[in-house]
Amino acid sequence: MPDNPDKHHDGPPSDPSWFERPGTVRLILWALYIACAGVFFADIAIPKHGPFAIEYIFGFYAIYGFVGCVGLVLAAKELRRLLMRPEDYYDR
Amino acid sequence: MIGELNPGLILIVGALLIPVAPQFLRGVITLVLPIIAAYHLVNLPLGNMGIIPLFGYELVTLRVDRLSFIFGLIFLLAAFMAAIYALHVKGWVEAMTSQMYAGSAVGAVFAGDLVTLFVFWEITAITSVFLIWARRTESAFNTGMRYLVIQVGSGVILLAGVMLHAHATDSIAFDQIGKITLDSDWSAVPIATWLILLSFGIKAAFPLLHNWLQDAYPEATVSGTVWLSAFTTKLAIYALARGFAGSDLLVPIGATMTAFPIFYAVIENDLRRVLAYSLNNQLGFMVVGVGIGTELAISGAAAHAFCHIIYKALLFMSMGAVLYRVGTVKGSELGGLHKSMPWTTVFCIIGAASISAFPLFSGFVSKSLIISAAMKEGYFWTWLILLFASAGVFHHSGIKIPYFAFFAHDSGKRCQEAPFNMLLAMAIAAALCIGIGVAPGMLYDILPYDVTYHAYTTEHVLTQLQLLLFSALAFAVLMQTGLYPPELKSTNLDSDWFYRRLGYNIAATLLLMSRETWRGLSRAATAAVSRLERNINRSHNPESVLGRTWPTGLMAFWATVMLGAYLVLLYFR
Repeated sequence: MPDNPDKHHDGPPSDPSWFERPGTVRLILWALYIACAGVFFADIAIPKHGPFAIEYIFGFYAIYGFVGCVGLVLAAKELRRLLMRPEDYYDR
Repeated sequence: MIGELNPGLILIVGALLIPVAPQFLRGVITLVLPIIAAYHLVNLPLGNMGIIPLFGYELVTLRVDRLSFIFGLIFLLAAFMAAIYALHVKGWVEAMTSQMYAGSAVGAVFAGDLVTLFVFWEITAITSVFLIWARRTESAFNTGMRYLVIQVGSGVILLAGVMLHAHATDSIAFDQIGKITLDSDWSAVPIATWLILLSFGIKAAFPLLHNWLQDAYPEATVSGTVWLSAFTTKLAIYALARGFAGSDLLVPIGATMTAFPIFYAVIENDLRRVLAYSLNNQLGFMVVGVGIGTELAISGAAAHAFCHIIYKALLFMSMGAVLYRVGTVKGSELGGLHKSMPWTTVFCIIGAASISAFPLFSGFVSKSLIISAAMKEGYFWTWLILLFASAGVFHHSGIKIPYFAFFAHDSGKRCQEAPFNMLLAMAIAAALCIGIGVAPGMLYDILPYDVTYHAYTTEHVLTQLQLLLFSALAFAVLMQTGLYPPELKSTNLDSDWFYRRLGYNIAATLLLMSRETWRGLSRAATAAVSRLERNINRSHNPESVLGRTWPTGLMAFWATVMLGAYLVLLYFR
């Protein structure tokens, strides 16, 4: 995950923990990529029994999860234009 | 007879000791009461007990069956964990009202008739509002008022429904009330059934009836939110499972509930409000289960309520600990807290993994039942939405909550770890989340129906991991590319806008209009009166024709003229 130590930093001098080292972040990301690749290709070995045809598309759950989440976040971001008001909106 | 006592009454009556007890004993009482009640519950036989005749009806104050048992048990467990979490709270108001609140929820679950249900239903409303007011801010007071109006309103609607129902069916038994299917003739469904469904729907936070939840829960005290998260909404799920099982109208309602709150959760800044939105989303899964109504689905709804109460309490506990130590749970102001609160971080991640239904955590073994039931009954679109909502809940509760609170950019905030009692409560909840996830057999044994279900098949585990890991990948990609929306200080409009802003504006406008109308009318009336006065004045004032004084000489002259005229007339006769 990206790490922006300069942003909003009003605390004591930076004392990055193990989790905040760029090396760790890279490590976590790579672990995630490898795990994703692993479960994606494991799809060959999954014995699917469900009644819906769409489930049998190779990598359906992976693709659906990824596309669904990207869609969710981008749609929510657009919703902000419509819904977002100042924090004290109801107090004014 | 103690043997036929509703376990909820143990908490309600026992809580009356709290105000008179010294501070150190108050905590003990709050811990002991749920234990006594649970001991009493597990020793109760199945069946209807505590029957009181009333005006030709029968009040069944204690009904123990497998559906009420599992809900009663988890409510008492939640009360015990929340009591540990709240041990540091001084004073008696929160301690007493929270016990009574838990007690009334337990009481409602074991109510065998609708009148007893109504009584406990209203007590949950009246006692729980104090957990919001105890925050002692003006905004919490206003929120509490809105919450109380809606909660008591739900009770009033319930009462109206119950009276009509009793009149029509000559029974107040709380059994299946209606089965409203999508293809049935809705006009044939009695109004009483709709009213009772509406009342349950308000407490279950159905779409558009939901916003009291996101409004109120984040405004309650640190421990108050933990209490609130457990009882009211799950009581409504129980009531729906009891009264409306198999009403497939609930399937699209539940599916909507799983999906739309997660959009709000993504952009919400107050992390306890994010959790309130995801609570709403989890309720959706249970409502779908109730709507499908098969034995597997109802068992899934009960199992999911059981697990959900624990992990949702755990998540609210962890965010409560942050609020307690840092003074805020705004995502925009937090970050890097894993350095100050490592244990809270670990417990929060366990709660997050459970709500996300990671294999080996509790959410996985309960949510699978509902999703499998939807597949089995051929609800294709519902199944797709539930999958999307599962991915989404991982995204906002599983990743966003721990990430923005404990990691992300270092906010520079340094604080103490949470107090010991909070850590202990979180540890118990976390242990239960993992325990149920690893060994779901014990939970499956107490479900309302005997279901043989294997959560840990290769198919379930791998497809779930595909869904979740690729959701995580989506988060990572969006963060790396800077597309992820930053946490911003904001208020997001939701259905409460209709009464907090639109309703308020309409009322204010009506008030202004009626005031202006009154002013206009009174001005016109004043003008009319003064015009009349002016006209009268014109002829009758001292100087005018009819008002002025006349000289007596003139009078004598005219009298003489008249008499003369008479004389002339008489003369000619």
